[in-house]
Amino acid sequence: MEPVAIIGASMTQFGQREGEWIQDLLAEAGIECLEDAGVDADDVDHLYVSNMASGEFEGQTGVPNALAHDLDAMPAYTQRVDQTSSSGGAGIYAAWQSVASGASEMTLLVGGEKMTHKTTGEATDVIASLTHPAEYKHGVTLPSFAGLTARHYLERFDAPRESLAKVAVKNHENGVDNPHAQFQKEIDMETALESPIVADPLRLYDFCPITDGSAALMLCPESVAEEYADEYAVITGIDGATDTHVVHEREDPTVMGGVVESGKGAYEMSGRGPDDIDVAELHDMFTILEFLQMEGLGFAEQGEAWKLVEEGYTERDTGDLPINTSGGLKSKGHPLGASGVAQGVEIYEQVVGEAGPRQVEADVGLCCNVGGFGNCVITTIMEAAQ
Amino acid sequence: MTMDATRYDDGSITYPGHPRGPGGSEPIETIDLSEYTAEVVTWTTSTATPPGVREPNTLAIVEFEVAGETVRAIGQATTDDLETGDEVEPVHVDELREPGAGIREPESQSWDGYRFEPV
Repeated sequence: MEPVAIIGASMTQFGQREGEWIQDLLAEAGIECLEDAGVDADDVDHLYVSNMASGEFEGQTGVPNALAHDLDAMPAYTQRVDQTSSSGGAGIYAAWQSVASGASEMTLLVGGEKMTHKTTGEATDVIASLTHPAEYKHGVTLPSFAGLTARHYLERFDAPRESLAKVAVKNHENGVDNPHAQFQKEIDMETALESPIVADPLRLYDFCPITDGSAALMLCPESVAEEYADEYAVITGIDGATDTHVVHEREDPTVMGGVVESGKGAYEMSGRGPDDIDVAELHDMFTILEFLQMEGLGFAEQGEAWKLVEEGYTERDTGDLPINTSGGLKSKGHPLGASGVAQGVEIYEQVVGEAGPRQVEADVGLCCNVGGFGNCVITTIMEAAQ
Repeated sequence: MTMDATRYDDGSITYPGHPRGPGGSEPIETIDLSEYTAEVVTWTTSTATPPGVREPNTLAIVEFEVAGETVRAIGQATTDDLETGDEVEPVHVDELREPGAGIREPESQSWDGYRFEPV
């Protein structure tokens, strides 16, 4: 199996993109990625679109074919990848499979979502529609899962409430240097801790915003990559896994089995371990998720991630393991289908040295994209080409 | 009106039930959890609720002990005056949220159920 390289990346402005819809956003990222990689549209064999709910959000289905037409990429094979919030990571996995299997010599992956034209309640309901009927009828939402889990974590591990606010403060600080981030502004602890309650003990600044946006990656065999780029990244490890659909049925509410299993698979494939990772993008849809992924991926012992955050271990410029240098979903925004792809864009840029003011010393990077409340997870490890 | 959990042939119990249980076990009977009390594992009060859901919406994950087996459930609570470890009992409600107000097809599922009330 030939190694799979990433030779180009792009990301639109994330935020409220008034008057622009899913097709516009996907096309913008797609065109920019083709240009970044120096690939002609008619050289694209496979075109994948990561998207959770364009039908539900705006009544537009069939978006992969629409994108192929808009990019003039026909007759490329197209496929939509929906894995809720981890659609982007699942798209990376699908694109990787297409190249690794030999089915495609050039695969374009574009993730996107248009959400902000809906009210917060409506958007929350579209996302909550992934829940089991026994959960949905009680009005269970993804933010409420976060509140339930955060209370349990804080009580069980005697973690201070402030430690969650530190995640928000850190990721907002990182987002300042990301020109594509929805929020490019710092917040302080007081602002985070006194913001309105959304699902107690979690408050507004523990949650990512509702976002429009798109991101893209270009994948090809490593033997082909050298024709297009001097600097490129190689996907050395990737795996996906699921956990229970019904969240309360998990044996331990603070362990996300999908994170553990996908991480294990990605580490095994790459021959790497947690100590080898120089930079990570974790799915901080809610601040508590950053703790759970740090623990599930072996960066911290169970119940100890909050201590590392308090010690500054995950800070961008001074920490041993910078986490969410892009600003994370928290500050950068979370256009569902785009988020996992955008995580990949950040790690690609970090390992090839194109992250600008966000650049850290990184040869090996990891991204973890979580769907539902840990229901589906993709972990990807990328390394700078040698 | 019952709050049916499912017992499988390996002795495990889940709420809700599934066509296959842990380890591929097969369902053998239902158990009405409304006849039991439970302990609050964790809870939250959500202030940003979707269409058709009461606001605020206090939710709890609770744990039942049924014949030596532990089974958890999630549901609305009748009060936000809750603490972890509180003992609660299920109380039937005809309509937990307004069918049809949200995205889900009203006919696709039931809308009645049980809220947890401190004993």
